Amino acid sequence: MSSINTGINTGSNTTVSPGGLPSRRNTELALLIFAVLIPVFAYANVGLAKDGTIPTGMISYGLGLGLLAGVTHLVVRRYAPYADPLMLPIATLLNGLGLVLIWRLDLEPALKPANAAPAQLMWSALGIALFIGVLVFLKDHRILQRYTYISMAVALVLLALPMFFPGVNGAKIWITIPGVGSLQPGEFAKIIITVFFAGYLMVKRDALALASRRFMGLYLPRGRDLGPILAIWALSLLILVFETDLGTSLLFFGMFVVMLYVATERTSWILFGLLLSAAGAVAVASVNQHVGSRVQNWLNPLALAPNGGVTETAQAMYAFGSGGLFGSGLGQGFSRLIGGIATKSDYILATVGEELGLTGLMAILILYGLLIERGIRTALAARDPFGKLLAVGLSGAFAIQVFVVAGGVTALIPLTGMTMPFLAQGGSSVIANWALVAILLRVSDTARRPAPAPAPSPDAEMTQVVKP
Amino acid sequence: MNKPLRRVAIFCGVLIMALLVRVNWVQFVQADEIKNHDKNRRVAIDRYSHPRGNIIVEGKPITGSTETTGSDFKYKRTYKNGKMWAPVTGRASQAFGGTQLEEIHDSILTGNDDRLFFNRTIDMLTGKPKEGGNVVTTLNARAQEAAFKGLGTKKGAVAAIDPQTGAILALASTPSYDPSLIAGNSKDDEKNWVALGKEKNADEPMLNRALRQTYAPGSTFKVVTAAAGLESGRYDIDKSTGIASPFQLPQSTHELGNEGNDARCDKATLRVAMQWSCNATFAAISNDLGNEEMIKQAEKFGFNKEVFTPTRAVASIYPEDNAPQNAQAGIGQASNRATPLQMAMVTAAVANDGKLMKPYMVDSLEGPRSVVEQTEPEEMGQAVSAPNAKKLQDMMETVVNEGTGSNAQLPGVTVGGKTGTAQRGEENKDNPYAWFISYAKTESGSPVAVAVVVEDSNAKRNEISGGGLAAPIAVDVMKAVLDSKR
Repeated sequence: MSSINTGINTGSNTTVSPGGLPSRRNTELALLIFAVLIPVFAYANVGLAKDGTIPTGMISYGLGLGLLAGVTHLVVRRYAPYADPLMLPIATLLNGLGLVLIWRLDLEPALKPANAAPAQLMWSALGIALFIGVLVFLKDHRILQRYTYISMAVALVLLALPMFFPGVNGAKIWITIPGVGSLQPGEFAKIIITVFFAGYLMVKRDALALASRRFMGLYLPRGRDLGPILAIWALSLLILVFETDLGTSLLFFGMFVVMLYVATERTSWILFGLLLSAAGAVAVASVNQHVGSRVQNWLNPLALAPNGGVTETAQAMYAFGSGGLFGSGLGQGFSRLIGGIATKSDYILATVGEELGLTGLMAILILYGLLIERGIRTALAARDPFGKLLAVGLSGAFAIQVFVVAGGVTALIPLTGMTMPFLAQGGSSVIANWALVAILLRVSDTARRPAPAPAPSPDAEMTQVVKP
Repeated sequence: MNKPLRRVAIFCGVLIMALLVRVNWVQFVQADEIKNHDKNRRVAIDRYSHPRGNIIVEGKPITGSTETTGSDFKYKRTYKNGKMWAPVTGRASQAFGGTQLEEIHDSILTGNDDRLFFNRTIDMLTGKPKEGGNVVTTLNARAQEAAFKGLGTKKGAVAAIDPQTGAILALASTPSYDPSLIAGNSKDDEKNWVALGKEKNADEPMLNRALRQTYAPGSTFKVVTAAAGLESGRYDIDKSTGIASPFQLPQSTHELGNEGNDARCDKATLRVAMQWSCNATFAAISNDLGNEEMIKQAEKFGFNKEVFTPTRAVASIYPEDNAPQNAQAGIGQASNRATPLQMAMVTAAVANDGKLMKPYMVDSLEGPRSVVEQTEPEEMGQAVSAPNAKKLQDMMETVVNEGTGSNAQLPGVTVGGKTGTAQRGEENKDNPYAWFISYAKTESGSPVAVAVVVEDSNAKRNEISGGGLAAPIAVDVMKAVLDSKR
């Protein structure tokens, strides 16, 4: 498959290989069957380990997951026939495994919230509904360009909303809607602000790249080009810092730098971004006590808490260490010792590490890696700059989220508290990530389609935007 | 835009690679260390997830395991006659950890020992649950019972040794505690734990007095001083020492006499001095031989060194000191300190013709299918020459037959012993410790040597004497050993 794809990836943006690509829908179907069977077997495994019997819900769970996968597959076949064949099976597998892990943790009475798996199944179904909705109604991702400034406003509102709701565990990132539950608007803002960045950068990218003054070896763009986006970005960071949602602010920052770099092709942005984020991280860590303690936990993961107890960080490390190479087997670990509510969300990887071992954890990380690289491949294949920026922004955001969560849980970096996409318990997260995958699939379908709709030529823009 | 895109792809790949390297580091390189970290509760959960092996006395377990509910831990340790055996077993507590044999041989008892690897593999292949191994002790149940019953409500300790091998036959300490009461991790266990603790309980029931408490050995130490005297060649058993009683301590105006026995003790022979426990004679011998000689002799009997049985016994101390203190140390006072086990070792060496055997209480470690380790008796050295040991026996037998130790006579058996009433407290105002050390002897050598100490603060002062309080306990222990040999 890759040999066919390279033809288009290395080609220029405007040429299209004649005859198009194989749609690969049957490959996707075969992979989807695996993606459904593996969680079903995992489900049986948990039941056998915990009660010695095949759990009664296995058939309905298997049928349900199979049905969801089947419907998504048919929708992709009908509405995005040339979409990337790997992303949907990976998302399905991760979501399915996440459901099994959450159900497995539900069996530990000490862990809250109780009975999270049925709710998570409902949220997953909603997420898949949104996925289908995006594919059916968003015929072409370029339509999103029209909503550049609207999405900016929506993203800012979404980000600001949690300020009016009480914080949980030191972070104000939830809004509570009576009767529905709590939502994390940041997860949706992630996608919406990517749309804004992509739309804005697409228009301004040449100005940013070319109409700049050289200052101390760096190319600094003009204020009127960079100003608006910098302002929005700084505003969102301020909101996030105010809400002490550091994971998400890191995510926004990283995503912004990556997109700016891709749009302008100037390496100095990366350098700039790294310096700024390092300075920001040190400043926040030294001022904010919540963050300071997390940095302490990161530096000494096995140190005891001030009251002599074992910290969550240490408990997670114990879980990883005890898992070893092959793990204790699903249902036979003691991740309940981590306690609290984070076990099913932030720390769900600790359960993976303990019960599936290094082998299972590496497999999961590689699945994430594959999904991310398929997203970037989509960006490479996309023919229009907006599509490229959108795809790389979404994939980059996904990559940073995976890295920040997995790195935090394994004490590679300080813990910042985000959810593991698809795997962790949390409605907003699973819904938003299904939407993210849907948009990526839409971009890849457009990119791989044999007779593409005429795209606005980037060469035309290049001459039109630059003004003295 | 494709060039930066490729770089972003590489960057994301590096992020995932960093995560992969990190999880390999944590789950492969660091795994063992984290897995066995003492704060990792999984270690304890695993430890109590299957019945623990047992500690065995004469073929019968004195421990057991019972299933519990309501916690992470499936099995809890139980003890049969826990109070009596606590100084031997120690405890294995879910909440408070383990001590003594339970702790020292924990890996055998839990079945985690590397030497049980083969057993574990077979169990894994045949699907049998993990089994712990057993610790087989050298203890004699009847002797232990005699010691524990003899001490009764009094505070004290007993140590009995087989002089020929060094095998420990009895090890009792009172007041004692039942480790079953603190084996779990429930609220009750915690309450019991607090109640037994040093802070709440001045009697310190969890203190193993036979191994971990040192006392002034009092007159029982005169056996060591006599040994030093005989070894020096300057004194002999039936030769007058020429020492006057009372004896004036060097560099002091203080006179050391022997409450009413001065007439008997004046210029007495070693045998007579031992028979009536003459302070003057032995203080003078210690003074005469000097601090260095005395330390040398005491160390030959095992002083100034910790002993591992394998449970650790603290070091008994014969101090480096000035002349007046050294003279007093020669009669088991001043800074002279000994554990009951140490005094049993002294007695055992004398009874074994001078050869000191290393005391031990674990005969073997058994896996579920085979013996993993067998303890062989080990010689610690020749404490005194065989002829001098015979002379010491002669003297100690005189003590029992016609001296202060007459309470220890056993019909038809040769018994040697020595009483001790160790003064303590400033100006001697606290109640003294009553000591008695003795051995029994048959045609085939001595099967038992015993040391008893009773610290009785309730008794009237003039009723406290080694012969009165401690000797009857020693007799019962010796009788129990002799009976079980028949």
